[in-house]
Amino acid sequence: MRRVAIVGAGITKFYRNSMETPKELAYEAAKMALDSCEMKLSDIECVVNGTAPDAFDGVHMKGEYLSDGSGAYRKPYMRHYVGGGTGVLSPIHGWFHVASGMFDTCLVVAEEKMSCAYPHPAGAFLTIFDHTTEQPLYPTLIWIFAIEMNRFMTTWGYKKEDIALVAVKNKKNAIDHPSAQLPGEITVQDVLNSEIMAWPVNRLDISPTSDGAAAIVLAAEHVARRVTEKPIWIDGVGWCLDTAYWCTRDLYYPDYVEVAARMAYKMAGIKEPSKEIHVAEPYDPFTYKELHHIEGLLLAPRGKSVEMLKGGYFNRDGNLPTCPSGGALGVGNPIAATGLMKVIEIFLQLRGEAGKRQVPGKPTCGLAQAWGDLMQVGTVVVMRS
Amino acid sequence: MAKRIAIVGIGTTGFRATTPDVSYRELTYEAAMKAYIDAGIEPKDVGSFVSTAEDFFEGYSIADEYSPDQLGAVLKSIYTVPGDFIHSLASAYMMILSGIGPISVVQGLSKASNMLTLSEMLTFAMDPIYNRPLRESPHAVAALEMTRFMHETGTTREQCARVVVKNKKNALNNPYAGHSVLIDIDYVLNSEMVSFPLTQMDISPHSDGAVVVVLAEEETAKALTDKPIWIRGIGWCSDTPGLETRNWGEAIYAQIAAEMAYKMAGIRYPRKEIDFAEVNDEFSYKELQHLEAMRICKKGEAGPLTEMGGTEITGEFPVNPSGGCLGVGNLYELNGGHKVLEVVRQLRGEAGKNQLKNVTTGLAQSWRGIPTTTGTVVILSN
Repeated sequence: MRRVAIVGAGITKFYRNSMETPKELAYEAAKMALDSCEMKLSDIECVVNGTAPDAFDGVHMKGEYLSDGSGAYRKPYMRHYVGGGTGVLSPIHGWFHVASGMFDTCLVVAEEKMSCAYPHPAGAFLTIFDHTTEQPLYPTLIWIFAIEMNRFMTTWGYKKEDIALVAVKNKKNAIDHPSAQLPGEITVQDVLNSEIMAWPVNRLDISPTSDGAAAIVLAAEHVARRVTEKPIWIDGVGWCLDTAYWCTRDLYYPDYVEVAARMAYKMAGIKEPSKEIHVAEPYDPFTYKELHHIEGLLLAPRGKSVEMLKGGYFNRDGNLPTCPSGGALGVGNPIAATGLMKVIEIFLQLRGEAGKRQVPGKPTCGLAQAWGDLMQVGTVVVMRS
Repeated sequence: MAKRIAIVGIGTTGFRATTPDVSYRELTYEAAMKAYIDAGIEPKDVGSFVSTAEDFFEGYSIADEYSPDQLGAVLKSIYTVPGDFIHSLASAYMMILSGIGPISVVQGLSKASNMLTLSEMLTFAMDPIYNRPLRESPHAVAALEMTRFMHETGTTREQCARVVVKNKKNALNNPYAGHSVLIDIDYVLNSEMVSFPLTQMDISPHSDGAVVVVLAEEETAKALTDKPIWIRGIGWCSDTPGLETRNWGEAIYAQIAAEMAYKMAGIRYPRKEIDFAEVNDEFSYKELQHLEAMRICKKGEAGPLTEMGGTEITGEFPVNPSGGCLGVGNLYELNGGHKVLEVVRQLRGEAGKNQLKNVTTGLAQSWRGIPTTTGTVVILSN
């Protein structure tokens, strides 16, 4: 197994309704990533593409459609996919292309254009449920998250106004992110007063639907050292899927995140994650999910994350900054691209190149995580400078 | 490459035109159980799983949700490749090399009979701005390509028809095949014209089924089985998705993918160093075009070779002894899985009446179908 580094990265702006085609978004991110490390497409040996349901972009086999936009023309090219967790699976998929010794360089592109699904991408989620046992109930995506949030709150006695602090924190962090779609200074009261979508989920508890793309360049050690003075190493990867029969699980705790995290920690040689991880980007498509994932990642004791949140532990200047980018709630949530945006945020933080978003204390070890499917998949990447 | 990796278990349901008696999950379960028994392992021994699925083929958004349970992969490392089965095989191969675990499982599935509007769905894969407004049927795209291929290579319509006759005949002796029949060239030429010069019999009809393959690194493989089938080379490549930018006469994707696999396997003269091939033949001319792209035949030579019986089971270079897509059925993203399955059966000496004599190296090649230009190749040895 060889060491693999991220040497370059690029993100497009995230929009509600972009004028670019999905292919153009992928091209833009791929070009930015290559330019950032002064590499050319001819230096790239293989391409991997991460993008979530075909229904969003409105193209069947959309991996094929995106291939030339992603720079894969006449190259080995493969798409991978685990629903919402795709974005953080992307660097993992690229990682073993290089770690296996098959390729020395790999371009990883993640793209999503949700606005193609008309009138609203939520329609694409109507067909994610089991055709026999669930679809006849006409569930929407927000319903099942309302169930999960309720269970999470009930188990630990968390209050809605406490969880709303996540939206306040992330949207404020996003003000400094150049790609951000929904940054802003809001208050807990704004969250509580926003429209109730399915109790206890309010409108401001949910990340927006977005169009956008992100890309990174991976290189084997001997190439990375030539390309850059500041390679960021992928030291641990983990991913895991729980059963599709989500009704059979207790939803208060994400086992799948813990299993994936333990796999990544073991590979990276991390024994005490809450001490050894300096900055984290847990997936936050809903406010409660950030806390749910922080507990699953073993970064906070179970049932204690809200207390720590209230004490400012997860703020940008706190002990363990989480979502310093602004996360899905602030920057936007073009599913696969969000996960890779989080990986790129850790990349920039560890390099000390995050600008106004830079967390203090020169972090050397960070983590990005995503989640998806039917509350079922965890993907985790641990990176070091 | 230091580590060698082998296929140590295979399992399949066989392939049928319709399967109203079982769900797609039951198809996978049956193939998985057979593969695990064949390899002598249990799901708990497996380090990583890869499933192969495309949303619209499966009838779900986010189809990968339904991959873990029937494979025994709950709370394990599994993800989905929306590509060909051989793409997934390559992923599993790379994961073992990267140290994720000594054993990896690859699953693929076709439940094409569930799809009511298959042709419309394929049209939906075309570029929504430049190509879809032309309202072309996928068969019209294939017909254009066939015309260009015949023009460039001098291949005749009869030679293409000969591929259909051969493959459907080979399928008669394959217990897994769903579309075997004994016909002659005239029958193919006189069948209904779909899009000139493509007739109904030139097009492979769809089938349902599942394939599961177990991979293991060298030491584990030797401990598990006496007949490991080694992966010597693997390659995959995507040309261009746009209709306006592609090379219509040649299968560039198959050429690049094959060269990648040859380089890895150390093969310089594929015709001599490989004993037989399972080649994608979703349309009759594709078998010939792919053979030429992979340097197994020179340009323009595949047609005459087929005409003279050189690619029959008894010929000098047997192609699609299983019956191929034309005889077994078009399995979409599982096409590569069927090819790998057949090469493994041949190399193990388990191919029954279709068994080739003294074969040591076989090639499995697949293509993702209209409108794509994505191909995969794997070279296996016993």
